[in-house]
Amino acid sequence: MPDTIKLEEKKLKVIGTRPVRPDGVPKVTGLARYGADYSLPGMLWGKILRSPHAHARIRSIDTSQAQALPGVKAVMTSADLPEQKFEYVGPERVAVNFWHMTRNIMAREKVLYEGHAVAAVAAISSTVADEALRLIKVDYEVLPHVIDVDEAMRPDAPLLFADMITRGVEPAPGKPSNISKRIELKIGDLEAGFAAADEIVEMDFKTAPVHQGYIEPQGCLARFDTDGQGEIWASSQGHFVVRAFTAQLLEMNIGNLLVHPAEIGGGFGGKTVIYIEPVAAVLSRKTGHPVKIVMSREDVFMATGPTSGAAMTVKIGVKKDGKIVAADGLFKFQAGAFPGSPVMNACMCSFAPYDIPNVRSVGYDVVCNRPKSAAYRAPGSPISAFAVESVIDVAAARIGMDPLQFRLKNSAKVGTPTVWGPKHAHDSYAATIQALLKHPGYTAPLGKNQGRGVASGFWFNNGGESSATAHVNEDGTVVVATGSPDIGGSRASMALMAAETLGIDYDKVRPIVADTASIGYTHVTGGSRVTFASGIAVIEACKKVIGELRARAAMTWDVDVDDVIWEEGHARPAGKNMGRFEPLSLKAIAAKKAVTGGPISASASVNAGGVAPGFASELCDVEVDPETGGVKILRFVAAQDVGRAIHPSYVEGQIQGGVAQGIGWALNEEYIYDQAGRLLNAGFLDYRIPVASDLPMIEAVLVEVPNPNHPFGVKGAGEVNIVPSMAAVANAVSHAIGRRMTELPMSPPKVLVALDSGRGD
Amino acid sequence: MSEMRYEAPKTLAAAVALLSGAKGQASVLAGGTDLLIQMRAGRVEPELLVDIKGIPEMTSIVAENGGFRFGAAVTCMELIEHEAFAKAWPGVTDGVKLIGSIQVKGRATVGGNLCNASPAADSVPALITAGAAVSIVGPNGRREARVEDIATEPGKISLAKGEIVVSFLLPRRPPHSGDAYLRFTPRTEMDIAVVGAGVNLTLDEKGVCSQARVSLGAVAERALLVSEAAAALIGTKVDAAALKRLAAAASAACRPIDDKRGTKEYRIKVAGVMARRAAEIALARSVSSFAPTHSLRKTARTQDSI
Repeated sequence: MPDTIKLEEKKLKVIGTRPVRPDGVPKVTGLARYGADYSLPGMLWGKILRSPHAHARIRSIDTSQAQALPGVKAVMTSADLPEQKFEYVGPERVAVNFWHMTRNIMAREKVLYEGHAVAAVAAISSTVADEALRLIKVDYEVLPHVIDVDEAMRPDAPLLFADMITRGVEPAPGKPSNISKRIELKIGDLEAGFAAADEIVEMDFKTAPVHQGYIEPQGCLARFDTDGQGEIWASSQGHFVVRAFTAQLLEMNIGNLLVHPAEIGGGFGGKTVIYIEPVAAVLSRKTGHPVKIVMSREDVFMATGPTSGAAMTVKIGVKKDGKIVAADGLFKFQAGAFPGSPVMNACMCSFAPYDIPNVRSVGYDVVCNRPKSAAYRAPGSPISAFAVESVIDVAAARIGMDPLQFRLKNSAKVGTPTVWGPKHAHDSYAATIQALLKHPGYTAPLGKNQGRGVASGFWFNNGGESSATAHVNEDGTVVVATGSPDIGGSRASMALMAAETLGIDYDKVRPIVADTASIGYTHVTGGSRVTFASGIAVIEACKKVIGELRARAAMTWDVDVDDVIWEEGHARPAGKNMGRFEPLSLKAIAAKKAVTGGPISASASVNAGGVAPGFASELCDVEVDPETGGVKILRFVAAQDVGRAIHPSYVEGQIQGGVAQGIGWALNEEYIYDQAGRLLNAGFLDYRIPVASDLPMIEAVLVEVPNPNHPFGVKGAGEVNIVPSMAAVANAVSHAIGRRMTELPMSPPKVLVALDSGRGD
Repeated sequence: MSEMRYEAPKTLAAAVALLSGAKGQASVLAGGTDLLIQMRAGRVEPELLVDIKGIPEMTSIVAENGGFRFGAAVTCMELIEHEAFAKAWPGVTDGVKLIGSIQVKGRATVGGNLCNASPAADSVPALITAGAAVSIVGPNGRREARVEDIATEPGKISLAKGEIVVSFLLPRRPPHSGDAYLRFTPRTEMDIAVVGAGVNLTLDEKGVCSQARVSLGAVAERALLVSEAAAALIGTKVDAAALKRLAAAASAACRPIDDKRGTKEYRIKVAGVMARRAAEIALARSVSSFAPTHSLRKTARTQDSI
């Protein structure tokens, strides 16, 4: 990739407009094909048998009766998957361990949560497959289980893994525990910092695990040829990752597996990992038939990753003048059944918006008997922000300072050190606070039982590996292919950036998402990286195409290519003394491609650096019903630094979506387990994400501070919007009722208990 | 795998014959918004489905003696969109409106809502307070029952084998009557009542409450008719003191469980609040029937937001 990608200061024509998305019509008419919509002749239905127990040893599995049922073509267990090496691979923040992954796909020695996959069948119909599952006999030795993080950390807690020794502790503990890892990050002198403080605020918090709540359950179709070549159609946030993980788990060459991206009905991080693809692949390989597996909503809730629940303690010390001098955070995260909670992100992001000289963040990654956590929108950061931003709110009140002015005074700027080492290189945080200070909502009067809360948040954003190809068609239209599944309107933004770069109309660009064999490696759609990184790949591919178009014009005019420039979609002579040539449009050059050198296309593969982080500040007004504890959101304003909004409507949509999810997390979303560790609310009826009528119009304020490291100034915009939301709601509710809410969700019964306990004191 | 039979009889007699003759489990299929979900989840596996939507008596709304009779298979949307019914029984309409989305209400029926026997069924408390009579037909002919006597516990009804709920009769209303139903849910819609409360009351010419019925949903094994709560209103002008007594009586009548939708303590407390607020709405509706110059009208309370 080119080493100097810089912001190009020029007038933009297409970027910043709001055209209809290219993928809109098939979605609105119901013709878009999602994971469950693919079928092939001779296809079988795959179904997965799931554990009824939260924690049990598998003594034996008898599949003989299922195997004998007419219509059943194959039965599989973990014995059909090769053992994997126990090692953590990849960067620490997002490390994977295939020894864990294969056990999450299909349990081996033990089941570790209700819904854990134990066996699978492939049959001629969904009904026969269901019948076959009932005929599989699993002999379980039920074990004591543990759900809550604090209970899982107790020395006498039931152990999920008898040999788990906590990493990150010196010397290593002599006894196993459920604590997979301890993390400690610090700068400065904590003790001296607190000693210098005029006021110290310390509080405990608890949050519930919450599901990403995507509408589309996971679905896939797999087929295999007898020569070992396989193909998968799947809904995911990254088909290259589906390919890599599935190939590893099946011990295949990556080149023998082709993965097609289906349309995706939401992911929010939850579809960056795999559950059913290796199962469908094994069943297909065993039977020689295509096999389709579609999860039910109950499967999704019981067996796919929520983000972690957490128990946290946050302490900050402030001077009377409003300067924060020390901050200490303890973050205990539920990883679910296997290690890998986003606790490291939480430790890093927690105090990142602030310029604090003395900081310590300690994190614990703790396993427990619930589904393994998976990424969810800015993984980890919203959880620690709930605690930190609540304490900030209390501290501001303690010293009598306006909560936004307090944040502004302490906001991180270019050069502010971070707890994980590097200094901040962008200082747009303050601009998001100022946007709220200027907003009329911040000073609007409040009525009875109403309260206002503000909060802020930080998210890294990501860059990384992306590929794109631009093909010029003979009629002057252009196909732009990337390897990035389109979750939030990325095809529209790719087309806008291509149109801007080439100087042609948006509707002349056809953006597509190509399969793993048709485009270079592209990392997942996640980390708010696609518009930034895949955008750079698209721009680079288009620039190479421009180079070729200039060469074709030069050939036509019989001049040197350096004497041809590209301007507003046309090749033009570089100067007046070049001779009088009529400008050649892209369309005109494309029409003559066969006689000027053949097809015109170019690819670019990049490992995009120069990422700028996201900052957001949010304002929430609520009204609390004093007799029921019900909370109504009256107003929500979200100001976010988005770099430059390529398609403003979709950026606003990202902000509104993140806030809506944050409101659900704040008010009602939680997993309810019975005494046996079984989930009681595995459906959208009782797992209450907000519906439209629960929300006000969420006002997105786009703060545009362009990223100097992107040709169009792009910063990731998909995630940081959820980071402040729960704290903003909690601060508003706390002010409305005069009691501090420290536990999520703030469901009506909890608010009513707080209201009642507040009476008389 | 067992086979399932589907029948769509055109007469009540044929439906009753099918249900009484069934060997295995037979289920009545109206809108299917509960039954199909239970079948998909594997909770019920009926051998016979008897679809009753083709029986005219069960799908019509007719005037009868100044009241209304509507079939058990009338969809919620048909009932909601029946202007005369909605005007006469705004509280029953409140309850019916809360059953699921518009799409669900296009299929769902009040008969199904009652016979599904969920203690949280939204149409049931208001029907109980309306004094609705249920017409039941079975192998031994036709009989009448009260709505409050149909459901016995979650998922269980008092009907004998072969019996079908055919229609509901809501009697003619005295002048100056008003009814209302309110529920509490954490979400604003697409939710199940944590507590539901229906109130139906009648005022005399002086504005004194002469008749009242109060019913609570989701606070016991079935919807309750709470006469103690009604008694708190009768003989009063439904003033603040009476409403306070009503709320206390409603809370006292609750015998809820702790479940995923709410705690006992929460339900008990909020039942009183919902009953009081429903009574305030019912009062405002009954007062509005007085002539525009009537003094009671001027003091009518408006609907509280919940």
